[in-house]
Amino acid sequence: MTDRKIRVLIAKPGLDGHDRGAKVVARALRDAGMEVIYTGLRQTPEMIAEAALQEDVDVVGMSILSGAHNALVPAVIDKLAEYGLDGVKVFVGGIIPEDDVPGLMEKGVYAVYGPGTDTQIVAEEIKAALSQSAN
Amino acid sequence: MTRIDPDAIRRGDRLALSRALTAIESNDPAGQAALAALFPETGKAHLVGVTGSPGTGKSTLVNQLARYFRQNQSPKPPKVGIIAVDPSSPFTGGALLGDRIRMQDLIGDPEIFIRSMASRGALGGLSHSTAAFATLMDGAGYDLIFIETVGAGQAEVDIAQLAHTVIVVEAPGLGDDIQAIKAGILEIADILAVNKADLPGSENAARALRMMLEMAHGKGSLPAAGKHLRSGSPIGQEVTQSLDQGWDPPVQLVTATEGDGIPELAEAIQSHQAYLQSTGLWQAKEAFRLQKDLEALVRDTLMEHWREQVDEDRFAEVLTDLVHHKLSPAEALQLLL
Repeated sequence: MTDRKIRVLIAKPGLDGHDRGAKVVARALRDAGMEVIYTGLRQTPEMIAEAALQEDVDVVGMSILSGAHNALVPAVIDKLAEYGLDGVKVFVGGIIPEDDVPGLMEKGVYAVYGPGTDTQIVAEEIKAALSQSAN
Repeated sequence: MTRIDPDAIRRGDRLALSRALTAIESNDPAGQAALAALFPETGKAHLVGVTGSPGTGKSTLVNQLARYFRQNQSPKPPKVGIIAVDPSSPFTGGALLGDRIRMQDLIGDPEIFIRSMASRGALGGLSHSTAAFATLMDGAGYDLIFIETVGAGQAEVDIAQLAHTVIVVEAPGLGDDIQAIKAGILEIADILAVNKADLPGSENAARALRMMLEMAHGKGSLPAAGKHLRSGSPIGQEVTQSLDQGWDPPVQLVTATEGDGIPELAEAIQSHQAYLQSTGLWQAKEAFRLQKDLEALVRDTLMEHWREQVDEDRFAEVLTDLVHHKLSPAEALQLLL
């Protein structure tokens, strides 16, 4: 009987050092029964894709408060594809202006979460995104 | 069921290895199939366990050791695998795996592969799949595999069965010298590392450990490396008894954050490997581990068969009598087998 757990990488790309949001989400997903890998601050897109590959995660969540999301998010998604990880689902959290959301979604992000998001929603939408791709 | 190509793992395709590890961990038959295909080529890697209480600096130490072996071993540095185990929540089954935070230096070296794993309910500091992970990495050509345990403390002795060399990491200020003579984790140490040697008290901690070791390794005692090959294993017994020269576990002061003491620790790891190979203990450990693995597999399989066969109502009835103390556990067993 297979018993596959959802594995999530929570990553902080770029240069901002505020990781409270990332930790809150990591903790909430742990409490939702997932295995969460947290890699710490200041990750390059390459480091994120490397960790995603070695850990064989289903989902990558990125927390960005620096304003560099329009550069970082596509760079991470391209790196994931380069590593053969096209199937990995990506969400973004942090301070993201509303105008930038459609562009990120178009690039392949399935959800963008702002401050004050109910963490239970983050967990539920991970499950939904994964069951969608399984069908 | 996913399909995993063992040839891809052999060729060094890291995604194939990563997916095989997931399959093993998820009880997907594809994982066992890949492992079976690679198994004949395994048994070569040096498995180094790193254990010790939470916060002693195990991850930082593994980071430094991996980097050292990659940079300072010429002409051909070993491919390094790292398996880092963290605890699963007993309530939700979830886990927060944070050992990679201390291993960021290693990312970007394609000859280092780090995999975090959750303990998934197993006690003893490892997960049920840790041994299979090590075997798969071995099959993928990793020469040196570090296995970092949960770090729960004194009862964490499973690593002694799995690893060839066990490093127990201590740090100053964690307890008095009575802690050092308690049974359990210190008895499994092939090498003791006192980390955070820049903090006050580290010399005292090292002295207490040395004293403990002198008491344990007086003349005529069994060598430490063979001690946990208990009489359960005929092969292990033979080898431990035929050894005339033992291994004295060194106590090494290190400051993992600065890299101080790392070359000496790396050297101790290599001397221990040479010691195991020259005495035949390497094969004995391997045989002992495989025997234990097989026994565990038989136990799990028999349990599963029994579960399938047992009459549910009968089981419930006996269980009720047991709960009401009308039957002892041994009597209940007689009725159910």
